[in-house]
Amino acid sequence: MKRPTVAFYDFACCEGCQLQVANLGEDLLDVLDIVEVVEFREVMSEKWDRNVDVAVVEGSITNAHAVGRITEIRKKAGVLIAYGSCATIGGVNGMKNRFDPDDIRKYVYGDRYKLFPSERTKAVHQVVPVDYFVNGCPVYPPEFIQVLRAVLQGTTYPVPDFAVCVECKLNENVCMYERGVTCLGPVTRAGCNSWCINNGNICYGCRGMVSNPNEKGTRAVLDKYGISGELIRNKMSMYNMCSEQDPA
Amino acid sequence: MNKKSLAINVEYLTRVEGHGNIVVNVKEGRLETCRLDIVEAPRLFEGMLRGRSLFEAQHITSRICGICSCGHTLASLQAAEDALGIVPSEQTIRLRKLLLYFEILDSHILHLYLLAAPDLLGVKSFVPLIDTHNKVVRRALRMKKACNEACEVLVGRHVHPISAVVGGFTKLPGERELDSLLHLLEGMRPDMEATVELASTFRFPEFERDTEYVALVSDDGEYPLLSGDIGSTDGIRMPKGEYRNITNEFIVPHSSAKHTKLSRGSYAVGSLARFNLNFRKLHPRAREVAAAMRMEPKCTNPYLNTAAQLIESVHCLEEALQTVRVLKERGVDRDEAVLVGLNERSAVPVRAGSGIGAVEVPRGVLFHHYEVDDRGIIVNANCSIPTNQNLSNIEHDMEKLVPEILAKSEEEITLALEMLVRAYDPCISCSTHMLNVRFVDR
Repeated sequence: MKRPTVAFYDFACCEGCQLQVANLGEDLLDVLDIVEVVEFREVMSEKWDRNVDVAVVEGSITNAHAVGRITEIRKKAGVLIAYGSCATIGGVNGMKNRFDPDDIRKYVYGDRYKLFPSERTKAVHQVVPVDYFVNGCPVYPPEFIQVLRAVLQGTTYPVPDFAVCVECKLNENVCMYERGVTCLGPVTRAGCNSWCINNGNICYGCRGMVSNPNEKGTRAVLDKYGISGELIRNKMSMYNMCSEQDPA
Repeated sequence: MNKKSLAINVEYLTRVEGHGNIVVNVKEGRLETCRLDIVEAPRLFEGMLRGRSLFEAQHITSRICGICSCGHTLASLQAAEDALGIVPSEQTIRLRKLLLYFEILDSHILHLYLLAAPDLLGVKSFVPLIDTHNKVVRRALRMKKACNEACEVLVGRHVHPISAVVGGFTKLPGERELDSLLHLLEGMRPDMEATVELASTFRFPEFERDTEYVALVSDDGEYPLLSGDIGSTDGIRMPKGEYRNITNEFIVPHSSAKHTKLSRGSYAVGSLARFNLNFRKLHPRAREVAAAMRMEPKCTNPYLNTAAQLIESVHCLEEALQTVRVLKERGVDRDEAVLVGLNERSAVPVRAGSGIGAVEVPRGVLFHHYEVDDRGIIVNANCSIPTNQNLSNIEHDMEKLVPEILAKSEEEITLALEMLVRAYDPCISCSTHMLNVRFVDR
């Protein structure tokens, strides 16, 4: 049987999620036994201009050139995977949306800012239809393998829609609120195996919000620990500034 | 004189981190255009940092780059702690150096094997090598994975480290973790020797251009990576606080990454710069490898930056091993673990001020500079990236190289230029705040 073709494409991002593929180590060779990677600019010079079975897209859409490129990629891709937070929810690039687009470019490039076009940050699905989502900054490699398996079998991959707290409890971590700091675990989608909290840090909300956050419960937690809503909103704005609901 | 005309236009240079184009135009033997266009979409990190807490800066700036996220982390933490007046403990500094050794090893191995070696072995990528050089590919992936696992043990993961924060580490390695680090590093030694042997078969292109090299320098015997002044081969030496007088950043229309210059029209940073300035401080085994490759300072062939990376990889592996042994001997005081979050409980005293971080990351010296208000909120931020500092120098190399190789075919010239740019191991995501070769129409 012919191996399905897979291409990696990148937009505004740090390319760390693609690097997670190289980080699979020798397991990568097993993946390459079942798929044919035809384009992957970060590590390959081979180019491919025909249709691909699977397009893996990293990064956010931030200018007109990117809109044109992603539209072309969508046309030639059988299945499109939004790969990593920048692609699935805008990620850290979304923080730019808190500023006037001209002002922030002036701040970085001075009076010659017009040389470098940049528009409001968008997640990939806000520009073209997306078939599969792999959240995370960076992606959690076991989840990517799970999604790849679903793609190859032609089944769906439902993104976990329960809070990071569920995984965190199973990992027997002491709650960050108990330790005296705020954490976005209660409102953030699971699927990362509570990676950051396992390592003594807090959840920063990189996987996006659950679709039905427990507002009452969250408010009770914030009240119990005397934490202001503003602090939480400010924290949420690190990764979640491109959501459809956000008017900013 | 060669009256040839030539137009090279490499759009989206491959096997580099980020997006750049090489544009070269020669009319009747005269070089008219020679540019490295940086076409990465601007991400405006410095602008986005404004209004964020100093305690979020590491988390945000590590996202500038997936390859050097640990390097950005270390520069960011140094700048933040400089601003707040925090002096890290001896243990914290030792663990941070260890993290930097892992980062440089990981990045250099990625570049040597996956990005540079395919050119030297005459193929387009590592993929054809799976059939022809299966052992080599397996070794590369195995070494890469070992670096990753070492980072996982120390800071949770390599791409976007978790536990390195302002004030120290949220999680510290115990006896078992130190043993696993020792096991991983000792396991890499035979692979490193095999890498040195493989590299001895590489024939790097011959090309010389004298330039100014810039790196951290110090008066002690240690190869300076995490501390020191900024020095150059033209005899400049300044404390890190004067980094703006080193970089002298300026904007050019064809690049969303800023350019820099010092004593001459351009300067270079990175492995070759560090090798040229601090050769005598390299680990003896690393100097042996340099001697076997007949490399000594001042080396002015930019293609040999890749060779300098190999030499540094040997150095970093040996130094990392030594560091872990010292940690084992002295024991890690796990009570030093910190939990700061966004410092909402004011665990760390905050003051208004500014701070600078200067760290040798895989591609050269990296500066982070923050100004904060009395609540620790960032009001101004500047990040000076190694790749930016190399851009003008790469263009000057191209300007000298193209006339020298004009008699070659367009294909050969294009490859020579691509290899030149790749030798600098540019990191374009980092710099925009890089790479395709475009030969414009003849």
